[in-house]
Amino acid sequence: MAAAPKPKVAVYKFSSCDGCQLSILNLEDELLDLAGAVDIAYFLEATRTEKPGPYDVGIVEGSVSTPHEAERIKQIRENVRILVSLGTCATAGGIQALRNFVKASDLAEQVYAHPEFLHYLDTSTPLSEHVAVDLEVWGCPVSKKTVVEVLTALVQGRRPNFPPSPVCLECKRNGTVCVAVAQGIPCMGPVVHGGCGAICPANGRGCYGCFGPSGAANITSLVNINQSLERFAGESALLIRNFSGYAPAFRKAADEAARLARKEEAK
Amino acid sequence: MTDQQPSIGSTVALAKPELDGLLADLRRGGFRTVGPRARDEGIVYAEIESLADLPRGIQTAQKPASYRMTQTGQNRCFDFIPGSQSWKQFLFPPRTELFTARKESGKWKLDENIEEQPRYAFIGVRACELAAIEIQDRVFMRPDFTDPVYRARRAGLFILAVNCTHPNDTCFCTSMGTGPAHKAGYDLCLTELDEVFLVQVGSELGRSLLAKRTFDLPSAFVQKNAADALESAARSITRTLDTDGLPELLMDSLESGRWAEIGKRCLSCANCTLVCPTCFCWDATDLPDLTGKTARRERVWDSCFNLQYSYMAGGNTRPTIRSRYRQWLTHKLSTWKDQFGVPGCVGCGRCITWCPASIDLTEEIPALRAEVKK
Repeated sequence: MAAAPKPKVAVYKFSSCDGCQLSILNLEDELLDLAGAVDIAYFLEATRTEKPGPYDVGIVEGSVSTPHEAERIKQIRENVRILVSLGTCATAGGIQALRNFVKASDLAEQVYAHPEFLHYLDTSTPLSEHVAVDLEVWGCPVSKKTVVEVLTALVQGRRPNFPPSPVCLECKRNGTVCVAVAQGIPCMGPVVHGGCGAICPANGRGCYGCFGPSGAANITSLVNINQSLERFAGESALLIRNFSGYAPAFRKAADEAARLARKEEAK
Repeated sequence: MTDQQPSIGSTVALAKPELDGLLADLRRGGFRTVGPRARDEGIVYAEIESLADLPRGIQTAQKPASYRMTQTGQNRCFDFIPGSQSWKQFLFPPRTELFTARKESGKWKLDENIEEQPRYAFIGVRACELAAIEIQDRVFMRPDFTDPVYRARRAGLFILAVNCTHPNDTCFCTSMGTGPAHKAGYDLCLTELDEVFLVQVGSELGRSLLAKRTFDLPSAFVQKNAADALESAARSITRTLDTDGLPELLMDSLESGRWAEIGKRCLSCANCTLVCPTCFCWDATDLPDLTGKTARRERVWDSCFNLQYSYMAGGNTRPTIRSRYRQWLTHKLSTWKDQFGVPGCVGCGRCITWCPASIDLTEEIPALRAEVKK
């Protein structure tokens, strides 16, 4: 009996820092097994060899932030069976979605000598705002462990196992002393999807929220708590409008916090 | 110094540096000595080798959502109240590999993880913490089911207990009848005074270890100082939980509006359950590798506050934070008793201190009680 053909995988880059693609390349111990399990048909950061589509799996890093990307994601969707958003840019617009909260052209004028040469959209948006996405993998960058689990699950035709539990669970499993309770540091951990290994609290920092909202997030309550811990005015709002700020749950909470702040000011 | 041998039930006075010899003997005897260390602005339980590793001079202040340490400069090693970690991390580890499955010639073969379990000596177990270990004994070592990892570690355990002399604001062990002083269940039990440890002998192993040390019979003065310290510690605990009819109260309050109120504040972050020394929820996950030829099964700490914990075919049985908090508190203080014969709370106060949202069960219970009375 002939062996089943290996799934053809394509990896694409959109607006991003390449960190999530690097998370795939950094799978040093697993890379040979991966090459044995899948056919890397298109992955320009890894190889110049391009095999024609269609592909079984398309993994896309980055957000849609240019008119060209808005078109390209539609073509990719047509060309892949399973579309995976890899990383916080692809799933929530990324750090570049900060532009969504201001006027993008104002920023362009401040940064570039000739902004008229730029071709950009006013917003940086997740892939899911443009096409149907089959699987969203969060992280800035995605963790190695998650990438392995996703690829393994895709090869084995099962659902990947990354429970939507918060960063706090990982801190406590690791034995990390809570930075919010023991040091009064504002932390996003209670409402943020785990998977990172809770690296920031282990190094004395509050969680920045790069893995996006957790499944059961009560963001309104956390905003109240973080406001009481602020080390400078507005810190808690900045924390929500950070790496995953454009994720709908965080966006809504930030708008609500801003509305309350305005109301407080008006008093 | 005395020629007399210590006996089980007797009390001796031990100069503080003598504890180093005791720890060394334990280590020589194959025990991993774990105890409190100051780390990252908190107290953690980790490997210790000598008195110098203990949080000397450190006192703690706790209130809802706050834990702070101060250095008093005093030559005292156990004046703090423990942090978020509890001894359950050694008996019921956060991550345990249960087995590895290997596919060989088309058939799966299981390699059970039967590696020898470490033998621990816990240094500085508080009375509430010992009560918590005894509660987890009921969970993991039932007549009908025994967890092999827990049982092996528990059977080999040496407990050096410490009586609390400086309780914090979130402590309510007096309400739960667990502390601040130890009653039984230890190998040796210390009461720390400025100059000496007063040591009560609780087991043959404790006695034989103590017999190798230089000790004195305690003077009446030292004994009175220790008794006074313990009495004043008990008096200083002002937080209370009225346990009268508590299981029934909770069952009568299932439809209370209070749960929804708590649900607005509760983050569902699971911290209360993870710091609780009796909570035992876990999840088992399979980790197959890319080749599909081996898979490891791992048991990890989980929590009833996590969405997927109550996910079953057809949906989630506790989809709201209100319902998950209610599940936790009613289990802890009511149905736990039906299940294991005792309530699941020892009054250590960890769930109050380490809740980022300052939710305090000693406030919520009176609120429910007031509603039922109406």
